[in-house]
Amino acid sequence: MPQATFKVYRGDRSGGEFKDYSADISEGMVVLDAIHQIQATQAPDLACRWNCKAGKCGSCSAEINGKPRLMCMTRMETIPIDQPVTIQPVKTFPLIKDLVTDVSWNYKINKMIPPFRPKPPEADGTWRMAQEEVDRVQEFRKCIECFLCQDVCHILRDHHMLGDPEAAAAGTATGTAPGAETEAPPETFGGPRFMIRVASLEMHPLDTDDRLPLLKDKLNIGLCNITKCCTEVCPEHIKITDNGIIPLKERVVDEFYDPVMWLWRKIFGRKDERKTLQQLPVVAK
Amino acid sequence: MDSYETHEHDVLVIGAGGAGLRAAIEASAGGVSVGLVCKSLLGKAHTVMAEGGIAAALANVDERDSWKVHFADTMRGGQYVNNWRMAELHAKEAPDRVRELEAWGAVFDRTRDGRILQRNFGGHRYPRLAHVGDRTGLEMIRTLQDHGIHQGMSVYMECTIIALLKDGDRIAGAFGYYREKGRFVLFRAKAIVLATGGVGKAFKITSNSWEYTGDGHSLAYRAGAELLDMEFVQFHPTGMVWPPSVRGILVTEGVRGEGGILTNSKGERFMYGDIPDNYKNQTAKNPEEGMRYCLGDKNCNRPAELLTRDHVARCIRREVREGRGSPHGGVFLDVSWLTHSDAFKDFKDPAWCKERITNPVEHIKKKLPSMYHQFKELGGIDITKEPMEVGPTTHYVMGGIRVDADSQMSRVPGLFACGECAAGINGANRLGGNSLSDLLVLGKRAGEYAARYAKEKSAGQIHNDQIEAAARWALSFMDQPAGDENPYKVQQDLQEIMQDLVGIVRVEAEMQKALGEIEKLKDRARRVKAVGNREYNPGWHTCMDLLNLMTVSEAIAKAAIERKESRGAQFRDDFPAKNDAEYGKKNTIISQAGDGTMQFRWEPLPEMPDYLKQVIEDQK
Ligand SMILES: Cc1cc2nc3c(=O)[nH]c(=O)nc-3n(C[C@H](O)[C@H](O)[C@H](O)COP(=O)(O)OP(=O)(O)OC[C@H]3O[C@@H](n4cnc5c(N)ncnc54)[C@H](O)[C@@H]3O)c2cc1C
Ligand code: SF4
Ligand code: SF4
Ligand code: FES
Repeated sequence: MPQATFKVYRGDRSGGEFKDYSADISEGMVVLDAIHQIQATQAPDLACRWNCKAGKCGSCSAEINGKPRLMCMTRMETIPIDQPVTIQPVKTFPLIKDLVTDVSWNYKINKMIPPFRPKPPEADGTWRMAQEEVDRVQEFRKCIECFLCQDVCHILRDHHMLGDPEAAAAGTATGTAPGAETEAPPETFGGPRFMIRVASLEMHPLDTDDRLPLLKDKLNIGLCNITKCCTEVCPEHIKITDNGIIPLKERVVDEFYDPVMWLWRKIFGRKDERKTLQQLPVVAK
Repeated sequence: MDSYETHEHDVLVIGAGGAGLRAAIEASAGGVSVGLVCKSLLGKAHTVMAEGGIAAALANVDERDSWKVHFADTMRGGQYVNNWRMAELHAKEAPDRVRELEAWGAVFDRTRDGRILQRNFGGHRYPRLAHVGDRTGLEMIRTLQDHGIHQGMSVYMECTIIALLKDGDRIAGAFGYYREKGRFVLFRAKAIVLATGGVGKAFKITSNSWEYTGDGHSLAYRAGAELLDMEFVQFHPTGMVWPPSVRGILVTEGVRGEGGILTNSKGERFMYGDIPDNYKNQTAKNPEEGMRYCLGDKNCNRPAELLTRDHVARCIRREVREGRGSPHGGVFLDVSWLTHSDAFKDFKDPAWCKERITNPVEHIKKKLPSMYHQFKELGGIDITKEPMEVGPTTHYVMGGIRVDADSQMSRVPGLFACGECAAGINGANRLGGNSLSDLLVLGKRAGEYAARYAKEKSAGQIHNDQIEAAARWALSFMDQPAGDENPYKVQQDLQEIMQDLVGIVRVEAEMQKALGEIEKLKDRARRVKAVGNREYNPGWHTCMDLLNLMTVSEAIAKAAIERKESRGAQFRDDFPAKNDAEYGKKNTIISQAGDGTMQFRWEPLPEMPDYLKQVIEDQK
């Protein structure tokens, strides 16, 4: 049976190093199998996350030879084994141990997003939606929260815009000097995962809430410069940028920077109020 | 002793899959303080993996469907040893629970008139499964999670409970550790809801994850609750068999619901050769009728491939045993036949089918996206072009904690259970799609009654001895100088034994042998040693999981030995027939005796009221 050498990052917050392990490679094997083999035979305390082993739960994200991937969906046949295979934790989030990182920031960002608020149902208590109307939203809802897109997005990875969302939610983004005249530099970028989460709500045919101010001011959608790295890495092949972020950016622009829309809003109010107001002429007749 | 963190809640829910989340949402709605604990990150529980759908008699696709038909299907599938009251509540309440998900933001696939679409599944008379392609579980867990976090509950992620704590008879709290640092944590609670899922990791070939070590079963057992029907373990007929590293990973029944066929090495549709009598008048007479059913012809019956899981799994095993298997020891599951230009050539009316699948390749990709993806990436197979190879895999446990049907409370006051770790609704065999609906219906009930219970009671007292004993036990694996066993190895050995001796076909002698082996393994499990420190140490965690795995394995073997007949998921080679006279009216019960040993007894089935007997009669 062929063997491969794996250079696996071992360490915690205080530091660490790559250690060499070897594993037998059998047909069809994935990287996660190798990690399990190493755990069972050489390093019982090697920390990694996994659940489904079928690309459905998004637990097993890591950087394999420098590329952010799901370990359970990376077949050994697709990587050269004549040289050592490096496996390290995703870089953007703080390390807990070995291949496990602290992704709790993502859960905090998610909680900032106002939940679904549907319009009233029809007389029979249910809603009607055509399949074509929900296709777009279903694409976003395929997200398995592997956070690989968050890992590769340079705004989070290189500029560390992992601001404290609790402070941001309270309108006191870290770095704001009390009484400072100028706007504090944005410290939080929601990241591609949460852009499409907002998109899945904003484009939901039944939703009545308006999350555009949140996108603009708290999640700072304006920072995204459409490099599309997120789309490239997404294991669910969600077109994060083209179908999610770009249309959202357009909505933000329409809502906040378009003078006609500005005037419209002055007269008719925000999205949800707008919806009821649009029906007014009918009532007025 | 070691320091620990303490939290106090009215209701503590252990497990954040569909059942736990639904229970926590309902308990929060009851106005009490709720804590929710899970071993993985939120949203990663088993529920996320569910594929095919949620069974509920919405009657959106076939107006003849109703709770009565769903009830009768569930009882027939369970071979009539189900708890009738649970099956009744489930069938009646599932539609509301599904609609509620839509109100919370779930986006199901739609019918042409814009309602929730429903698909065919094994054992369900009409198209009944609300679904989103083949990622229904993801939709469900994300919806519950994103709704739940705004209901005021506290979530404790990557935290494992290792002991339930009692004040006299009643429940008073739970003790566990955070995986991250290995630090201990105490939860004081007036009521506890167990929603920890199943036991699949006791077997070698399984669709289940590392989490399925039977924790809830074992925690409840040790706390004095009873385990019901433990012999009934579901082997799903279609798991992947090749390559070896993916062996056991599930291939959804939805493949067969969309027209996928099972064939052996001779190209025969072997399922048509073996249709049980009680399903004869519900099964298609020929492949054309079956295909028309899959495409929505209401005058047709379902194809033989959609018989219940227990039966299909055994037929597959027989084909393999008798030398008609596929190259890697399974059989063929094929949807690619739909893409052949002459796919329907043997049908009397091929045009009817053709019109309904105009672009078969796209049809398959749209209906089964994650199966397409899974086989492409893991098996190197394009399911629109070639057949898959499949074989049985350990999938689900019908057996579990015995609870009251209406309230989901066990015999331990204040201890509730719901979802896969609880038992009763499925009897001897679960129908596909009935788990997700069970999680919602009985999860909601568990949350509601737990909140009600907590409001009526004051907090119990917890003795320090209990806490210290649990902590000492956990740490014993760390400083075990004499420890000479590798926990992973002990777990593997147990899995081999259960797979070989208590698996899909059982005989008394082998199961007795398994019990003997489990005794030896228990001894080895006491000598396992954890290497390294307490921080995120899976080796240490495995040491602790072993106790739970041993408990459920022993319970399964003991119960399976006593049921000397074949029924549903339990197939006894030494008693191949069903024996209604002797075993048709009772359930197995396992509990812990005062001296710590495992004891067995029979419990008569609760008597079904006449109006439900009539429903079953009417649906025959
Ligand atoms: C691949 C696959 C496909 C499936 N498809 C379908 C389908 O289409 N339709 C259907 O109806 N059913 C399906 N099922 C079955 C169904 O998904 C499960 O039965 C169901 O999701 C179980 O839900 P649950 O809430 O009971 O448990 P889970 O979702 O498994 O959640 C258990 C929770 O308990 C936690 N937990 C466990 N032990 C502890 C502990 N000691 N301390 C703290 N927390 C703990 C876990 O971390 C987890 O959060 C499928 C199952 C699999 C494996
Ligand atoms: S497209 Fe935007 S969100 Fe995506 S990686 Fe680039 S900057 Fe980040
Ligand atoms: S959008 Fe894609 S890459 Fe990002 S978390 Fe979701 S599944 Fe992962
Ligand atoms: S283990 Fe679930 S995505 Fe890899």
